[in-house]
Amino acid sequence: MGATEDAAARRVMAGQKPKGIAGRGTAPSLLDLVGDTPLVELSRLSPKRSVRLYAKLEGQNPSGSIKDRVAKAMIEAAEAAGDLEPGRELLEPTSGNTGISLALVAKLKGYPLTCVMPENATEERKRLLRLYGARIVESPGDQGSNGAVRAALELAEREPRYFMPFQYGNDANPRAHYAGTGAEIAEALDRVDVLVAGLGTGGTLMGAGERLRETYPDLVVAAAEPLPGDAVMGLRSLEDGYVPPILDVSRLDRKVLVSNEESVAGVRALLDAEGIFAGVSSGAVLHVARRLAAELDDGVVVSVLADGGWKYLSAGFWEAEDVERSMERTIWW
Amino acid sequence: MTTVRIPPTLRPETGGAREVPAQGETVGELLDDLMSRFPSLTGKLEYANVYVDGEDVRTLDGHETQVRNGATVILLPAMAGG
Repeated sequence: MGATEDAAARRVMAGQKPKGIAGRGTAPSLLDLVGDTPLVELSRLSPKRSVRLYAKLEGQNPSGSIKDRVAKAMIEAAEAAGDLEPGRELLEPTSGNTGISLALVAKLKGYPLTCVMPENATEERKRLLRLYGARIVESPGDQGSNGAVRAALELAEREPRYFMPFQYGNDANPRAHYAGTGAEIAEALDRVDVLVAGLGTGGTLMGAGERLRETYPDLVVAAAEPLPGDAVMGLRSLEDGYVPPILDVSRLDRKVLVSNEESVAGVRALLDAEGIFAGVSSGAVLHVARRLAAELDDGVVVSVLADGGWKYLSAGFWEAEDVERSMERTIWW
Repeated sequence: MTTVRIPPTLRPETGGAREVPAQGETVGELLDDLMSRFPSLTGKLEYANVYVDGEDVRTLDGHETQVRNGATVILLPAMAGG
């Protein structure tokens, strides 16, 4: 049973009305409201009339990002497998969103949480994590997310009291997108030609891509990835590069680098044209979605917008001039 | 002639240059040209993700990917997010 059906079944057992498109009814817990996000057409942003462009608004998950799906799935899978029991502490490397989602799940389920985060992650993400009750261990900013992964793996090895869900290697991550994100899109649309999502762990692209390919065998799965600034690429060597174990690049059809300028143009276009207040990776996803839409004669392009703009307000993406230059030293994804 | 953008970790091998020109009709030829002029790059490029005009060559034709005159080629370490 997928996560969506599971939540629906629990609602019925609790005597509640199944959640309809308008979201009426009640939920026993915030965790039951993860997923079932809206899919909205971006008619003003499609480069041609014959191509329909849609956006899955993952910022409408309870903690504000797509990572609620992953956090809930990883913790519930570990509990079901007997790997996680009350009294254990959670540890996770994250650039922000996964940490915030895990902090919500951990709070409601009673687990203490420590997040390893690059020191140059945005201040809003650190503040939110602390507000939810998580402890933060900072990793060197010049090593980016890869440095956080390395530091968390070392800490987990040294201190066995930690249980590390480890989004980069946990199969529950793509499974959550297979059963949730992908299934919801397949249910909503009769045709999908292109799926575009941001590349971080690869969970969305692998899981939702696999589910949508079952229904639409000719689907193009496209990754939008950030072009990192020099200041966050200071790895000791290229061998230190990190490829998440759950990511199989051979299952991607396109993998497109997006510059800070293009991402910022994307978040501005989402707000200006469609009234969608989205995070910076969504700007990159929109950029790739429009580029691939322009290559089609006709069809349907679905973009997955991972979070809302709230956690990026201090960056001034929407109004500051020359904001791209100040983006170079920060970890955004 | 193609411009290749060099990541910070490889700049000691290119005398500190952020970008270097290289010749070749395919990605493979281009990387061979780079290694012939900067021999200490040999053995280090295999870990790089190679992008031609912003697309990862692994989703194109790999080292056989054609490189048009004036294209931008970017070498990057593999980086995660989340």
